[in-house]
Amino acid sequence: MGIVRASVKSALGVALAFGATTAMAEAPKRGGVLTYMIPADGGPSLDGHRETTYAVVHATAPFYSVLIRVNPDNPSSTTDFRCDLCIEMPKPTDNGLTYTFKIRKGVKFHDGSALTAADVAASWNKIVHPKPGVASARENNFVMVDTITAPDDETVVFKLKFATLTFLPALADPYAYIYSKKKLDQDMHWYEKNILGSGPFKLVDYQIGQSIKGERNPDYYHPGQPYLDGFVAIFAPKQAVRTDAIRADRAALEFRSLPPSARDQLVKELGDKIKVQESDWNCGNVVTPNHQKKPFDDVRVRQALFLAIDQWKGAQALSKIAIVKTVGSIVFPGSPLAATKEELQQMIGYWPDIEKSRAEARRLLKEAGQENLSFELLNRNVDQPYKYVGTWLVDEWSKVGLKVAQKVVPTGPWLDEMRSGDFTVALEANCQNVVNPIADVGRWLPHEVYRENYGYFADAEMIDIYNRMLKETDFAKARALMRQYETRINAEAHQLMVTWWYRIVPMRSYVQGWKISPSHYLNQDLANIWLDQ
Amino acid sequence: MGRYVIKRVLLVIPTLLGAAALVFVLMRLIPGDVCVVRLGSSGGTFDPKAVALCHAELGMDRPILVQFLDFVWGFLRLDFGTSMWSGAPVTSEIWARLPISLEIAILATVIAIAIAIPLGAISAIKQNTWIDFVVRVFAVGGIATPSFWLGIVSLLVVLDVTSALFGAPWMPPIEYVPIWQDPIRNLSMAALPAVTVGYRYAAVSMRMTRSAMLEVMQEDYIRTARAKGLINKLIINRHALKNALLPVVTLIGIEFAFLIGGLVVTEQVFNLNGVGRLFVQAVQNQDYTLTQALVMLTVMVFVICNLIVDLLYAWLDPRIRFS
Repeated sequence: MGIVRASVKSALGVALAFGATTAMAEAPKRGGVLTYMIPADGGPSLDGHRETTYAVVHATAPFYSVLIRVNPDNPSSTTDFRCDLCIEMPKPTDNGLTYTFKIRKGVKFHDGSALTAADVAASWNKIVHPKPGVASARENNFVMVDTITAPDDETVVFKLKFATLTFLPALADPYAYIYSKKKLDQDMHWYEKNILGSGPFKLVDYQIGQSIKGERNPDYYHPGQPYLDGFVAIFAPKQAVRTDAIRADRAALEFRSLPPSARDQLVKELGDKIKVQESDWNCGNVVTPNHQKKPFDDVRVRQALFLAIDQWKGAQALSKIAIVKTVGSIVFPGSPLAATKEELQQMIGYWPDIEKSRAEARRLLKEAGQENLSFELLNRNVDQPYKYVGTWLVDEWSKVGLKVAQKVVPTGPWLDEMRSGDFTVALEANCQNVVNPIADVGRWLPHEVYRENYGYFADAEMIDIYNRMLKETDFAKARALMRQYETRINAEAHQLMVTWWYRIVPMRSYVQGWKISPSHYLNQDLANIWLDQ
Repeated sequence: MGRYVIKRVLLVIPTLLGAAALVFVLMRLIPGDVCVVRLGSSGGTFDPKAVALCHAELGMDRPILVQFLDFVWGFLRLDFGTSMWSGAPVTSEIWARLPISLEIAILATVIAIAIAIPLGAISAIKQNTWIDFVVRVFAVGGIATPSFWLGIVSLLVVLDVTSALFGAPWMPPIEYVPIWQDPIRNLSMAALPAVTVGYRYAAVSMRMTRSAMLEVMQEDYIRTARAKGLINKLIINRHALKNALLPVVTLIGIEFAFLIGGLVVTEQVFNLNGVGRLFVQAVQNQDYTLTQALVMLTVMVFVICNLIVDLLYAWLDPRIRFS
């Protein structure tokens, strides 16, 4: 992780990184309009509470405030959370069951109305306890929350059902915009089609599928911010267009990621007019065998499947052509809860000696009577990195005699086949926003608990470990439980995490102040960006 | 004539209903649905309750027959409902994209006509001369080159050439501005896609013009005109070209209709927020209402273009009667 200027391949990269850091220490300049691209056709509704796509966050985050957030000046940290609307990060009381937030005074919505604790509580209640008929995409991230109240205009109190380490990171959800209680009381669906926040920028214009524009909010509460006069975000789904647009300076950057080839091309063509920020990414691909389909009900076959894959060598090679890089298991590699390399190499699918690993795979397949097994890998019709990773997996499996055909389908049928259980092995996606390992690994829970787990396996032991981990407040004990949970998944070969993604954000050199984070959902309010022009 | 037009317009109704039924069924045969794509495509965890709620909100939990009747009833009232993806009215979704698609289609048609008719006619008149060969090579090149490929290449050429000449690469704007707001910016965005689409369009029309002209030039009435001593220019302009244009007009009509919703890849290459891109987006998102409305729009455009072509026939060839 880090900031690398000019040529990322160059050994000078590290030295230049210091140059970039020094440049960022300069006093921010005010003014200018940032043009960036959103690599999508346009979001669904404008309501962050109900949507899951980054297209919504990239388009609307600059208009909104949140209660707390990942530190915008240190977004690569997985544990550094800061107040946005609150004054001070609270210390939990009542044995970790109560969190009391003091809200800033004098904050105004863009229509001039005052933002109070009642608005914060109403917004959070919409997310955590949505009324019938109101959709909340991340409601199940807040199972620990009992009540949210605003006893006065400056205080919001969250009462929890149980103490947990997952609460604060979950609260830093970048989609958790603070809405006007008055608007919500009038119509809970108002924010699906309208924008009214208290963030650094005010809405100027929204052209559906085309662009969204904002101008500086003069009443913004963080002193001196935002630095920009405004921004223009253009929807541009085609990668070639985005690369060309950065090259021709039609846009300064896109915030998601470009593949290594695009980065290298831009660096080669633009020299010092371009800089690149890179980071491990809280996203990855997961190999999911369907336990309901023979022979994948046999743990030996599943283990053989995972033992055949050389993650260490594969990730290194793939990183040259695809947006993947780091080997890791179920926890984001940058998190203190993640397995160390030594711990990782003990687990099936991560052995350092691939010959030994593949010999074991062959032995297991023979023992299970599946030496000539052939099956279909269900994959999504998305180049980066799905098709690259899928093709690599097919090749890896061929090395132990497995004959695998890759079935690539559009997103809808891909999800449908997994949800209906009509597949043998699938390459899934796992993409989270705030690094919140204990919450994030909830997706690995058996289908009976997490309905969108497509492995269709039962495992009472996993559920038990997870529930203990969820309620554990001692970090060291939580880490130990995470190892148990992870070891269980890998030993049973329920699912396998392959190649964590790697975020590559090339941008015009005049863009300053923005720092990359492990998620393309985070740090998108643009308040700290300035233009060195 | 009036009766003919009314008859043709009335025939549009069963055509549209048939297309509506077909697209309604076909869309639902694709596995998956808009709610699952909306919530699950980002790879994050999501609550299945949200999927169920989304189904209820969009009326997808109702029996399929009820959904169909609802769609037909809305269609008869010209109410296409709201996009299942964005929640915006389908008409505003389409209306936002129509101007750029229409503009490209018109510009490409103007380019095609300006190139195809004179060159096609000259090629026929100068049959088997070097001029004919050059025009034929130009035409075959246009037919053989996919517009999107030409678009990508032309964009790269523009970038490289401007970079070499001015030291900084230039490309057309990637954000649409209506022509009445900023004509220069608008045309600089539309010109390159119009040329790349217009070239293929011109090539096809040119071939048609040439072969039609060659056929007409063999007709008895042309020979008679020559025998009467009419000057060649008058024979070609008044007698040959006008008659040769009948199949060309048909072709131009069909091509124009195709361009309104068919510039799928070209619109993506140039980041044009047009109807073609919307079509792909609607199908990918499994947005039934929007796809249905777009199919209806396309059918309408084809029907209207065909009607205009038929009416032009009468002007071009007065022997054609619409009784």
